[in-house]
Amino acid sequence: MATVDLNDVRKTYPGAREETIKGISCSIADGEFVVMVGPSGCGKSTLLRMVAGLERITAGTVAIDGEVVNDKEPKDRDIAMVFQNYALYPHMTVFKNMAYGLKIAGMSRAEIDRRVKDAARILQLDELLERRPRQLSGGQRQRVAMGRAIVREPRVFLFDEPLSNLDAKLRVQMRVEIKKLQRAIGTTSLYVTHDQVEAMTMADRIIVMNAGVAEQIGAPLEVYENPASLFVAGFIGSPAMNFLKARVDADGAHAVVGGAHKLASPRARDFANRPVVAGIRPEHLALATDVDRSAERAIPVQVELTEALGADSLIHGRIQNSGDEILARLPGVVRLAQGDTIDLAIAPGELHLFDETSGRNIGLADGA
Amino acid sequence: MVENRRWLTVFSHVILLLGVLIVVFPVWVTFVGSTHSLPEIRSAPMSLIPGSSLLENYAEALSTGGRTSGATPVADMLINSTVMALAIAIGKIVISIVSAFAIVYFRFPFRMLFFWMIFVTLMLPVEVRILPTFEVVAGLGLLDTYAGLTIPIIASATATFLFRQFFLTIPDELTEAARIDGAGPIRFFIDIVLPLSRTNIAALFVILFIYGWNQYLWPLLITDDLQTIVVGIRRLLTVGETEVQWNIVMATAILAILPPVVVVLAMQRWFVKGLVDSEK
Repeated sequence: MATVDLNDVRKTYPGAREETIKGISCSIADGEFVVMVGPSGCGKSTLLRMVAGLERITAGTVAIDGEVVNDKEPKDRDIAMVFQNYALYPHMTVFKNMAYGLKIAGMSRAEIDRRVKDAARILQLDELLERRPRQLSGGQRQRVAMGRAIVREPRVFLFDEPLSNLDAKLRVQMRVEIKKLQRAIGTTSLYVTHDQVEAMTMADRIIVMNAGVAEQIGAPLEVYENPASLFVAGFIGSPAMNFLKARVDADGAHAVVGGAHKLASPRARDFANRPVVAGIRPEHLALATDVDRSAERAIPVQVELTEALGADSLIHGRIQNSGDEILARLPGVVRLAQGDTIDLAIAPGELHLFDETSGRNIGLADGA
Repeated sequence: MVENRRWLTVFSHVILLLGVLIVVFPVWVTFVGSTHSLPEIRSAPMSLIPGSSLLENYAEALSTGGRTSGATPVADMLINSTVMALAIAIGKIVISIVSAFAIVYFRFPFRMLFFWMIFVTLMLPVEVRILPTFEVVAGLGLLDTYAGLTIPIIASATATFLFRQFFLTIPDELTEAARIDGAGPIRFFIDIVLPLSRTNIAALFVILFIYGWNQYLWPLLITDDLQTIVVGIRRLLTVGETEVQWNIVMATAILAILPPVVVVLAMQRWFVKGLVDSEK
């Protein structure tokens, strides 16, 4: 059990001109499950490895339980890590794989035996203790890697994309298992993934990273509902948010999209008569009613293609008279033909405006 | 070949049989020769069916050796050869696995320089540096000793290079997992690297044992009493005025072939495994 404090952590690789991590600060509470998510190369794994002690920290501090661990070896940080490729010792049995760290720590044989057996029971590995890693399936190897972390009873768990080598079905299953396990044990966890679904479902808090910068830190729904920037808005949520070229009206309370369609928008007085980017999530669009039209929430759209997924339908279209593409996700089966013109309404309060140059969410900046 | 053509099968088997014949026939002649008495072996043409003197010939070879050519018992030569081959094989493996470990896993000044220095010795086998090496060994008073026989041959880069290549294929994550588990370099070496290298070590042992066993030029140069069997066979033929004891020569040759065969057979499974998979 421990807190983890990152304080303006920076990383520059030797010989590299640019910083890989450009100053990230975050306080992780005891028992919290924090997911770092971002596209490949954003520095999320590097950050995790700096917490683990596998990478040197160029500047800033990492503290575990208030104690700065910058210069400590991984083994002295009391952490356990689960690797993407599991990193099981191929020549050792499952039991020995899990016991290895404890053996080095000089624990008594009886205690090792008890801890490994306990972990094996929790992870349903009892039957497999005498097997070698190569005789296990991907999911089982993943569980052994988890077991190796659990038996150490560390202060912090670190996960480096642990599910990305599993097939889709198993990934969903392991996702739930890891989350349940973490909740049961209550160990502070840092989890790296590029999969926003994993981030949304597992995290207590998400750190959305891009190019070495934490774009937003917050609870999953907070990040989803109030994305701080264009990048976060586009990265979190599937299918991705629609981005439309727009201009803020002279009154600062309307956005004009597609050249002519006026929509009620968050207040943006500072941006009156200036171009912005309007963001609308596909799932926040619906077939418009007269109420929507009169409330200035409707956009006329020409349908190009519909994809019926059963539970809902994806409508690909273009905004009338402009050619801007837009994607809507409507519940149930919607029967529309190519060329049909429909009015799509934006759910109240779900139109986001972003500054074109900085990418900031204008609504949030106004304190909305 | 997935194609199943009858004549192709027959043809390829004929080729294979011919190959086997070419390899096996001389060995058979040697064996048959070692079972005949001296008069029998000298009658032309020599019978290709084993004679009756097998036990006497081998007993004589092992205990006294060729009477007409210095009479060094083959048993002594076998011991010398075994010691030399084992020392070379084990010495090379120990030195090269440790140096490869250093070069792959440690960051020390001039690391690449050292690597290239080791690598360059590949261009300097014993035959090339034989005169200066002899001078050094003679100066150290190591002529006609096991140390003089083996140390100059132990120093070489082949095995270091092979181990380095193998270590580079061990995933970094494994190293990192061991670091997080708290294993220091020595523990990592003993608990992780050595077991993973098992098959490579076995394969190298077989190759190096035979390499050591077959050393000819260097032992010929620096040994006198300390005869190895490969050199010994040659000496059996230099008899001056008396006649060559061909039956004893043949028995000695068979005895010289046996230990490498035993090593290959004993380690066959490991050897093949080491060449085809690296157990990861």
